[in-house]
Amino acid sequence: MGLRRILDDMEPHFKKGGRFESWYAVFEAVDTIFYTPSKVTVAEPHVRDGIDLKRVMITVWVAAFFPMFYGMFNIGFQANSAILAMGLEGSGDWHEIIIGALAGHDPSSVWDNFVYGAAHYIPIYLVVFLVGAFWEVLFAMKRGHEINEGFFVTSILFTLIVPPDIPLWQAALGISFGIVVGKEVFGGTGKNFLNPALTGRAFLFFAYAPQMSGDSVWTAIDGFSGATPLSQIAAEGLPAIAVATGRGLTWLDAFFGQMQGSIGETSTLAILLGACVLLVTRIASWRIMLGVFLGMCVTATLFNFIGSESNPAFATPWYWHFVLGGFAFGMVFMATDPVSASMTNTGKWVFGALIGFMIVLIRVVNPAYPEGTMLAILFANLFAPLIDYFVVKANIGRRRARGVL
Amino acid sequence: MSQVKQILLTPLFENNPIALQILGVCSALAVTTQLSVTLVMCLALTTVTAFSNLFISMIRNHMPSSIRIIVQMTIIASLVIAVDQFLQAFAYDISKNLSVFVGLIITNCIVMGRAEAFAMKNPPALSFLDGIGNGMGYSLVLIVVASIRELFGSGSLLGFQVLPLIENGGWYQANGLMLLSPSAFFIIGFFIWALRSVKKNQVETRDFRMAPHSAEEGAF
Repeated sequence: MGLRRILDDMEPHFKKGGRFESWYAVFEAVDTIFYTPSKVTVAEPHVRDGIDLKRVMITVWVAAFFPMFYGMFNIGFQANSAILAMGLEGSGDWHEIIIGALAGHDPSSVWDNFVYGAAHYIPIYLVVFLVGAFWEVLFAMKRGHEINEGFFVTSILFTLIVPPDIPLWQAALGISFGIVVGKEVFGGTGKNFLNPALTGRAFLFFAYAPQMSGDSVWTAIDGFSGATPLSQIAAEGLPAIAVATGRGLTWLDAFFGQMQGSIGETSTLAILLGACVLLVTRIASWRIMLGVFLGMCVTATLFNFIGSESNPAFATPWYWHFVLGGFAFGMVFMATDPVSASMTNTGKWVFGALIGFMIVLIRVVNPAYPEGTMLAILFANLFAPLIDYFVVKANIGRRRARGVL
Repeated sequence: MSQVKQILLTPLFENNPIALQILGVCSALAVTTQLSVTLVMCLALTTVTAFSNLFISMIRNHMPSSIRIIVQMTIIASLVIAVDQFLQAFAYDISKNLSVFVGLIITNCIVMGRAEAFAMKNPPALSFLDGIGNGMGYSLVLIVVASIRELFGSGSLLGFQVLPLIENGGWYQANGLMLLSPSAFFIIGFFIWALRSVKKNQVETRDFRMAPHSAEEGAF
């Protein structure tokens, strides 16, 4: 193979003592894009499998395409509907130059919507990807670890959980914090105890609350303001929820994602398609997903029964919690991060249930935050090692009682 | 002379009470949103540490070892009360801002730590200088943290607007995280990271080493 020979010829320059020694991580990354890594595991126990970290990560990346493409369409759909309803000219900022050149503002035209969304999403993704890659490569070269495709996943997931209106410099700052503080200070992919994408978003959430929460950031138009379904629920309860342009929001609207919200989080259907890919390839743990889902259902039903005079959010049924906000996205893509979740099978159930419980608890009981998915998952990340510890301890105790040990 | 210099300067970088001994972190989180408040806190702590070291060192040979902690605490507590009263009399607003944290100097591990580790074994003059030195080490970290937090959190330094905020027609978007205590954790963490990249001898030995799991890594 010609390519193999070219790479092999280049290799000595990147080895110890070669001219480009410090760039070895980059060479190794390019090499393993085309060929399986030459490194093999020797220490026991291990399983033989053709899939390596790179393939795992790429699969997640591809699975995230469903919410990503729907998200692009939906940014445009929401914005164009609002433009039509309010009689505006366009988005009101620099995006309009690109959009105006390629498409119009007709909310019934898929092309117009898609162009509008792409003009907003692609710059965010480019910035996040380049800044993320910069930190990843820098640390790989300095610390001598490999360039992991983890940041492919981190960067796409990060872009999907931010509001479409996010300023680009904030996106850059958020991903920097996520990659450096959430991952690299602990030694890189595989050693992070928090989900890096969520860490970056949490940083932005607390640092720049006006651009990350509230009513004016969820539709990509300057000066547009409309509460998300979850904050409407927190304020007035389920019967009051409506899409930004005034029409009532049905469950199917929410399931298909016809509402404003973070870029990739609106359509539960698109997220579930991604979930199918992850479950069929067995990359994401079905135990965690089911754990989150059941934890949410039980807690939501519990709150339904308790009821509350003053807090209308208590009455939200589980099937609405499921389709609103970041719940589905968090369940499928964030909670299942294999590094920051629990490792043991029993632990995964507990870990998932804790997330589901915390999401509903924050959404319903905490008046300051209408949405709790991000905080719930980060919270459970902190407990994952502890959960595993107790599961392992319990197992040891059980075997000892049986007289095996 | 060199001993004096050593006692005064090693706590700055070589043996920083916050960055290396990880003592006194609580107040470093609590009082660092505004630089002016931080400076007063630093002065208060330095004064207390220096004088507690001095007085404890003066009576170190007369103290029965079994009750020495109580005696030390009495001296430290008296000094803290004196400092607190002084602040209330002459800097009432800042004293309000510092609230309980002046009183909590009593529990600051740096004061107690220096009394036990240094003042109990050394003559008064050196002990006094050791208190000043450690107070400066503490102040160094706090001033760095407070400068960053005030600059990026409110766009000002010592109350003067350096970065004009968007709310007031400027360009700088204030970083709300900097006004929350956790940001001090991150900044102290970055400070320790920078310090240990320069002074490699401060890096702790690893508790364990992960076994290499592939043939190539093992060969290195």
